[in-house]
Amino acid sequence: METLNQTFAYIWHNLPFILGLTQQHLRLVGIAVGLAVLIGVPLGVLIVRFKSLAGIVLGLATVVLTIPAIALFGLMIPLFSLIGQGIGAVPAITAAFLYSLLPIVRNTHTALTTIDPGVREAGRGIGLTFWQRLKWVELPLAVPLIFGGIRTAVVLNIGVMAIAAIVGAGGLGTLILHGISQSDIRKLIAGAVVVSLLAVVMDQVLLRLQRVLTPKGIR
Amino acid sequence: MIELKNLTKQFIQKNGQSFNAVNDVNLVVPEGEICVLLGPSGCGKTTTMKMINRLIEPSSGQVLINGEDTAGIDTVTLRRNIGYVIQQIGLFPNMTIEDNIMVVPRMLGWDRKRCRERARELMSMVALDPDRFLHRYPKEMSGGQQQRIGVIRALAADAPVLLMDEPFGAVDPINREQIQNEFQLMQRQLGKTVMLVSHDIDEAIKLGDRIAVFRQGRIVQCAGADEILAKPADEFVASFVGHDRTLKRLLLVQAGDVADAQETQTATLDTPLSHAFGVMDDNDARYLAVVDREGKPLGYVQRKDAKGAEGTCADKLKPFSATSKPDENLRVVLSRLYEHNLTWMPVLDADGRYNGEVSQDYIASFLNSGKTHGRQRMALK
Ligand SMILES: Nc1ncnc2c1ncn2[C@@H]1O[C@H](COP(=O)(O)OP(=O)(O)OP(=O)(O)O)[C@@H](O)[C@H]1O
Ligand SMILES: [Mg+2]
Repeated sequence: METLNQTFAYIWHNLPFILGLTQQHLRLVGIAVGLAVLIGVPLGVLIVRFKSLAGIVLGLATVVLTIPAIALFGLMIPLFSLIGQGIGAVPAITAAFLYSLLPIVRNTHTALTTIDPGVREAGRGIGLTFWQRLKWVELPLAVPLIFGGIRTAVVLNIGVMAIAAIVGAGGLGTLILHGISQSDIRKLIAGAVVVSLLAVVMDQVLLRLQRVLTPKGIR
Repeated sequence: MIELKNLTKQFIQKNGQSFNAVNDVNLVVPEGEICVLLGPSGCGKTTTMKMINRLIEPSSGQVLINGEDTAGIDTVTLRRNIGYVIQQIGLFPNMTIEDNIMVVPRMLGWDRKRCRERARELMSMVALDPDRFLHRYPKEMSGGQQQRIGVIRALAADAPVLLMDEPFGAVDPINREQIQNEFQLMQRQLGKTVMLVSHDIDEAIKLGDRIAVFRQGRIVQCAGADEILAKPADEFVASFVGHDRTLKRLLLVQAGDVADAQETQTATLDTPLSHAFGVMDDNDARYLAVVDREGKPLGYVQRKDAKGAEGTCADKLKPFSATSKPDENLRVVLSRLYEHNLTWMPVLDADGRYNGEVSQDYIASFLNSGKTHGRQRMALK
């Protein structure tokens, strides 16, 4: 009980600092997932168009997701040292980007391949091209599932990003690292709580956004 | 006009063997006619139809539309010129009804105003209130209403050729009848060249100028509805159209067909009864219609009244209690005969002139004679 009160007191007195870290944390995740959406959705479409690629792409994305975060950062550091970016935001964003690809690519692929065959065939039958069907029918219908993927990626990477502090990317992980190195339980708990809270809140925010963006006819 | 020439589609089955889902089909649908592809599930109706808009590529054979081989047309252009109603309706759930209907016209570059007007026009054709429905989404409509939208979406760009795969399948019988009637009315105005898939013999009879009966990928008989019912090509067709096929013909054969098949004898008011009796005797008839100078019926005399009687037909004239028109179907005719407890009644043409007669005997002998009602549509016009 004592610890909890102390933690709240700590958060209260260091609010600007913690909010700053939170903002930094979110920005890192936002950039990573944003990039993953820009690449992942078209990639998902591509493997629908060219079915033979689907296995390889989804397989690779799955393998990436199974690499433990620590190991991935370990790999990133020497790799990005080559361009002088071994530590800092770049490896962190790259790792989070890679983790985001699988949920986004897979959900895009699933959404587009599970479209009601009647709807797809009607589109073909009345003379829509592949791209017209995609733009007017299939992508709008895929919005909820694609957004599901994005939400998974965001929640997942808010967690991953907490570890990114070890490569000097900043964010809420900094608080946790300080907690460990200074044996300060307050900082440790504060970091963990704010990270979880952030994940829950962002998931809700994105859910709202998803509802707004979902076409009215399938809401 | 749609022509199928030696059209064949070979599929490879799971076990590696190939089979012909459509096997050497030859078929012509003349301009402005409805041809119904009729047959049991899996006999190749949908496959045949999808080869016309090349959703399925033929293994061999040709499809010609207005004489042009479709193999040389790119698929998107081809499909935009063929209205297509798919078996599963397939409305786009993310679009309003108006957007659904207008997808093709928009792609063809119609302006906004023209699209809006067209949508309203089409909606009223299928008896749906545009103000109420155009801004709804498909899920906000009943199955029958959605099916109507599926049909008018295919009509939107005014393509001359229409492919309809069980377009009225998803609705209950009462609604189906109504949509069929609407479609019939529409077709009478539009005169599209239509290929319609059905496995319902009654629908085929009702809508088809011509019916192609399929069995295992082949056409076993292609003829007008009445001919299919009257002279099924084989046991399969006979059992498919049902054992009550003669009763079904009552809807197709018209009073005029029956009347035309008989010799018409009439008398006038001043015909002596003895002469009238002679005519009836020669024709083995029990009555004789009496007409005026313009050929309009006044009544009839009975054989028993004329037998050995003096005077003219005017003396023994009896009035008609019911009459019929040449384009009334036999179901209606029989119903009226029973209603008035008659064995026969005169058939009057559009000007009210005597045009022969229908009787229960004549109907029976017509249905038995091997004669058929030529073409339903001709009579409707
Ligand atoms: N893509 C395919 N691959 C293999 N076989 C197929 C394929 N499409 C259809 N078939 C087979 O071809 C045959 C004809 O199918 P089709 O869909 O044309 O039948 P149908 O007459 O429309 O039946 P229904 O009334 O049930 O719709 C069936 O035996 C079906 O299993
Ligand atoms: Mg079918």
